[in-house]
Amino acid sequence: MTADAALLERTWADRPGFAGWLAAVDHKSIGKRFIVTAFCFFVAGGLLAALMRAQLARPDNKLVGPDLYNQLFTMHGSTMMFLFAVPVMEAMAVYLVPLMVGARAIAFPRMNAYAYWIYLFGGLMLYVAFFLKVGPDAGWFSYVPLAGPEYGVGKRSDFWAQLITFTEVSGLLVSIVIITTIFKLRAPGMTLDRLPLFVWAMLVTSFMVLFAMPSVMLASTMLIMDRLVGTQFYNPAAGGDAILWQHLFWFFGHPEVYFIFIPGLGFLSMLISTFSRRPVFGYPAMVLSLVATGFLSFGLWVHHMFATNVPELGKSFFTAMSMMIAIPSAVQIFCWLATLLTGRLNMKTPLLFALGFFFILVIGGLTGVLLGSVPLDLQVHDTYFVVAHLHYVLIGGAVFPLFGAWYYWFPKFTGRLMGERLGRWNFWLFFVGFNVAFWPMHHLGLQGMPRRVYTYSAEMGWGTLNLISTLGAFTIAASVLLFVINAVTSLRRGTPASANPWGAGTLEWATASPPPSCNFVELPVVRARDPLWDPAAEPGSPRRVQGLAEDTREVLVTTLMEARPDHRMASPAPTPWPFWSAVATAVMFVGSIFTPWAVVWGSIPIAIAVIAWFWPTRAETRKSLEREKQPALP
Amino acid sequence: MSAADPFFEREGARALGEVLDVAQMPSYAYGDRSPMWWATLGVIAIEGTVFALMAFAYFYLWSQSQSWPQGARPPKLTWGTLNTIILLASVLPNYWTKKAAERQDLRQVRIGMTICIVFAVAFIVVRGLEFGALNCRWDTSAYGSAVWTMLGLHTTHLVTDFLDTLVLAVLMFTGPLEGRRFVDVSENAVYWNFVVLAWLPIYAILYWAPRLSHA
Repeated sequence: MTADAALLERTWADRPGFAGWLAAVDHKSIGKRFIVTAFCFFVAGGLLAALMRAQLARPDNKLVGPDLYNQLFTMHGSTMMFLFAVPVMEAMAVYLVPLMVGARAIAFPRMNAYAYWIYLFGGLMLYVAFFLKVGPDAGWFSYVPLAGPEYGVGKRSDFWAQLITFTEVSGLLVSIVIITTIFKLRAPGMTLDRLPLFVWAMLVTSFMVLFAMPSVMLASTMLIMDRLVGTQFYNPAAGGDAILWQHLFWFFGHPEVYFIFIPGLGFLSMLISTFSRRPVFGYPAMVLSLVATGFLSFGLWVHHMFATNVPELGKSFFTAMSMMIAIPSAVQIFCWLATLLTGRLNMKTPLLFALGFFFILVIGGLTGVLLGSVPLDLQVHDTYFVVAHLHYVLIGGAVFPLFGAWYYWFPKFTGRLMGERLGRWNFWLFFVGFNVAFWPMHHLGLQGMPRRVYTYSAEMGWGTLNLISTLGAFTIAASVLLFVINAVTSLRRGTPASANPWGAGTLEWATASPPPSCNFVELPVVRARDPLWDPAAEPGSPRRVQGLAEDTREVLVTTLMEARPDHRMASPAPTPWPFWSAVATAVMFVGSIFTPWAVVWGSIPIAIAVIAWFWPTRAETRKSLEREKQPALP
Repeated sequence: MSAADPFFEREGARALGEVLDVAQMPSYAYGDRSPMWWATLGVIAIEGTVFALMAFAYFYLWSQSQSWPQGARPPKLTWGTLNTIILLASVLPNYWTKKAAERQDLRQVRIGMTICIVFAVAFIVVRGLEFGALNCRWDTSAYGSAVWTMLGLHTTHLVTDFLDTLVLAVLMFTGPLEGRRFVDVSENAVYWNFVVLAWLPIYAILYWAPRLSHA
């Protein structure tokens, strides 16, 4: 008996029309929206950066005034960190992880949809505030007392604090969704040591999110309470402490760098393996390095605070940790080099971006080791040297792998390949533009140019390097424009892609491009790390799953370690309630910027929407009872 | 490996040549076999982290302060201690309900959940009295802010736990019911235990830490 593809498609498809669009729960629809939304915020944050670079291109420039400039750098940093870098990695995981582990659906598809809407509404709120001239202006880390009630007048910092609430709620929920998908919905036989490395990277990242994001939520809640109801957490005059903010912020903020970077490492492992046409060298070392990076990243936060009154002995500890984290990163880099050197390279655009990573990240990593040392850090603290470092790490470590990943998985998302010629132009303009934009900043920093100044006078002698940097920034903008053109034209006229256009080894390439609504018509059984390269099934052992319902949504749950079959589980159907719950939540969050009572009254519609979301209908229950089979009871 | 591959042959799954047939497998399961259990654990990890960080903030502020509690007396012990007893006692009907759910005994589940709700009403009412006996305001000192926020955070959990339980209890009385609703009851009980356990360190910090430092 073979599976009925048409029936499965009817069962699993999202509903048509606008109402169906709002009710969608398919992780692929949500994932694509998530990716496109995050990309739009990337472009928005990039435009803000271009405006800043235009202002700094020559001394004493009058293009942008100090007030707008403060909002520009705050919006740029907040957008890139909270609305682009972290969400886009989660978005890629939302699309890819269920396919990579061979599942029919993501765990908790409705919660996943809710997380997307919350994220979207939070981002929109921030930009509406910005266009109404109440954009936050105290930096992306919003230090008190500048952001506190005494100096941060108006509602600017409150919008920032609620942006945090929106994006962290979304990020935390997606992490639970991803962890559960990885733990419980893997194809039978996909033991933990057969997980693709991107899935490992997302598992580590999601656990880090669970323990890091609560810190910034708590900190920003205290901030908004200081501003709105007169609590005194950060007010030294009433027993509070401003450094408390920095501890709580960076206890989140440093791991955050790694939950942008670790998914990037995951992309690289996938790209390098496919385009070297061999499995990644040293899989166990790679996995252990990812896990080690995850743990170590929680021991680095104080290196952002070397200029505060932290005890000197404590600083030495954090210096040691900051240098130690280079070890697992280096292990991975050497494993990739071994993979590349022993593979047969297929020099396509995704691999170019992967190779660009090596060059840029290594420079960023080395300046990171420098900055980990207290005396040097104090010297260049708050200068452009740090700006250069962080862009080398984040763009090299995350954005280059991400662009490579987009070229790589675009055919899976859309069924068409992106153009190679434009892809190469995109890469080289980005690579050259990036170095032209950010290399001079090292020199500017060493010459003493501080961060976050809206202009500088001609006699400082910083004009030439700043002009060069601005030209580089515009080159990056041109390269991103080429990427957009490439994506849009390829969507319509790109070469149609087969199921596995790159000859890759992991499960997402075992199904059509783009995949059907149910992901896999024939659910696979896995017996190897790269199932498409090495089916490795002993004769007579099962290759596919049968017996899941086809006329109703059903997924197979497997055991945690070995992925042995455990039980069937109904997967929820589309519903608009996650959307309405998100609307109600957004009303409460935005309302609480203006009055604390919004938290009380705003909770009522949320409770109603969430109950409506949970409450089972009679029809669903009847359907479920037909397929019900009780487990063994005690 | 042939038809009796022990790796796949469990819980009604059958390996037949190239096909793994799962049609006879159960359609739900309890405890860590259930994905929802893992989601509950994820929520517990997040909220446990929030409580731990709040405790960190409390002691950090203390470490930076000349005196503690800052110009206030420690909270009155009566209501906090009474509530600790109520919360601890609520673990018993909660445990009993969980076991009844895992036996799928609908009658006992209904009784157990009703008793749990009575406990929930009791500890929410006493919580209100606790707020009245804190001996500080939230806006006079950072100490007061920390005390009110810590108690407020835990109270949010009491209220959501109460609402979860109430909605689920109504469903258990009105239907529509199917087997996996008993799994929901079992997991609700796990979360309840977390809310009770989280209270113990908070009680110690709020009520006893400032007293012991005085002694």
